Amino acid sequence: MANDLFKMPETAVSTDEFIKGLWRENPVFVQVLGMCPVLAVTNSGINAIAMGLATTFVLVMSNILVSSLRKVIPKQVRIATYILIIATFVTVVEYLIQAISLDLHKALGAFISLIVVNCVILGRAEAFASKNTLANSFLDGLGMGLGFTFALLCLGVVREILGSGTIFGIGLFPDGFQSWVVMILPGGGFFTMGAWLLFFNWLKERNKKREAALSESGTGVK
Amino acid sequence: MSKINKTLEIRTSPHIVRGLSTDDIMRNVVWALLPVAGFAVYTFGLTALVMLSVATLSCVLSEHILCRLNGRESTIGDWSITITGLLYGLTLPPGLPLWMVAVGGFIAVGLGKFLFGGLGYNVFNPALVGRAFLQAAFPVAMTTWHPAFADGRFFSLDGATLTVPFMEPVYTAVTGATPLAAMKFAQQPTAAYDLVFGFTSGSAGETSALFILAGGAYLAVRNMLNWRIPAAIFATVALLSGILHAIDPQHYAGPMFMLFSGGLMLGAVFMATDMVATPLTNRGVIIYGVLIAVLTVMIRYWGGLPEGVMYAILFANAASRHIDRLVQPRVYGTLKQAKRGS
Repeated sequence: MANDLFKMPETAVSTDEFIKGLWRENPVFVQVLGMCPVLAVTNSGINAIAMGLATTFVLVMSNILVSSLRKVIPKQVRIATYILIIATFVTVVEYLIQAISLDLHKALGAFISLIVVNCVILGRAEAFASKNTLANSFLDGLGMGLGFTFALLCLGVVREILGSGTIFGIGLFPDGFQSWVVMILPGGGFFTMGAWLLFFNWLKERNKKREAALSESGTGVK
Repeated sequence: MSKINKTLEIRTSPHIVRGLSTDDIMRNVVWALLPVAGFAVYTFGLTALVMLSVATLSCVLSEHILCRLNGRESTIGDWSITITGLLYGLTLPPGLPLWMVAVGGFIAVGLGKFLFGGLGYNVFNPALVGRAFLQAAFPVAMTTWHPAFADGRFFSLDGATLTVPFMEPVYTAVTGATPLAAMKFAQQPTAAYDLVFGFTSGSAGETSALFILAGGAYLAVRNMLNWRIPAAIFATVALLSGILHAIDPQHYAGPMFMLFSGGLMLGAVFMATDMVATPLTNRGVIIYGVLIAVLTVMIRYWGGLPEGVMYAILFANAASRHIDRLVQPRVYGTLKQAKRGS
């Protein structure tokens, strides 16, 4: 069994590990992981970016550490060890945010500490970093983190425009904008998430159809 | 009758076909709704007429565009979307900015009907989905009521109706509280006579119990509406509020008030009876009606909002599949579960 889990890692550094997290295996729109911060703190663009970057930092650092320690960590206590590693970096990032902007820290609230239990991070540690080389794990963490940030930004921008009529705090409408209260509330998170999922799945379907049509015409010529 | 296939069909039972297509039923529901809509226009004037038209048009247009975008044939010909639009308009307060009406109409069709697969697949009543979204998004505009029977109502629009999209409405007319709000927040009952005939303020189509009941009776007689649903709702509401009113008349309004105020009539007769989102068996339908009634009474008496019919119906819609499973009829010739076990 142990051999299955720690099978020979691929040693070649592959940029695909970076790109896959951005789009093909996007943690939010494809894997639908880490929904708690995605729905809770995306009520404005700034919050979304801050949350995304904080998660990216923790993801990259924990991937690096887990990957470099993957031969040392005993299999039986690996989850506890991963959580310990993640929690360490979450503490770092929490103090960091507090130092940079107290307002932001207040806006994100408990969700900074809750990065510990974000399943994207534990998922990458368990599914990728524990089996792959340091360089690849770093790229994977960075790609997944940026993909996560991108997804949060998608939600945050829509919710901020409809919910408060601003984008990154800059007013878009003249005075007297009617805010869509539901968009700031968690319910709006679900609506927006659903709409984005619909859009991305539609895009994917369309691409698939195009590829199918292309390959079909290719065989037709033959 | 025109829809009957004239060719000879060889098939299993049932052999007797009643020439009643979806279109026929839907068209009849529209006829039944027209008096209600007419009274709404009489009560609230031009504002209501414009609002109802925009509500219906936005729903029909959304359906047409969504069908086309999805590469399907447009289904606006079967009248079902006209009902949704008309019902949706009737649940809105007159004077609601038209851009909000259009947004809600699109949500009603897109989220309430189309995403689930169109007619016959909607889990919730689409009209109420649209209204619930508006209630969540624009709570202030949705609870600002236009006074009924205002002077010159047939020649002027309420100031807020033509608000520029995405802008906050500015109200000019003095707004009247609905009977339910007056009861809940000021303990001010309204005379039963006014409630029955609809001389009160409220959403466009909910004020006149008389016209709603007439429309419902017409449909029930033609067997296009399951009379058990409104009957179960009315009976349970009357019973519950009767008991509570007897215990504490100060806090709890009596059965007459509960039955004829707010959206209960419109909801019970036209919304709760949505053919798709209701249970299938007669027993299930009664459970469904009782559930709506209990929830409505609970929300009205103990909830934070004065009105709860919309949420009660949406909740019961969600529960109706489970109710169906609960009361599944025994297949003829099989034993009951308990007997089979022994």
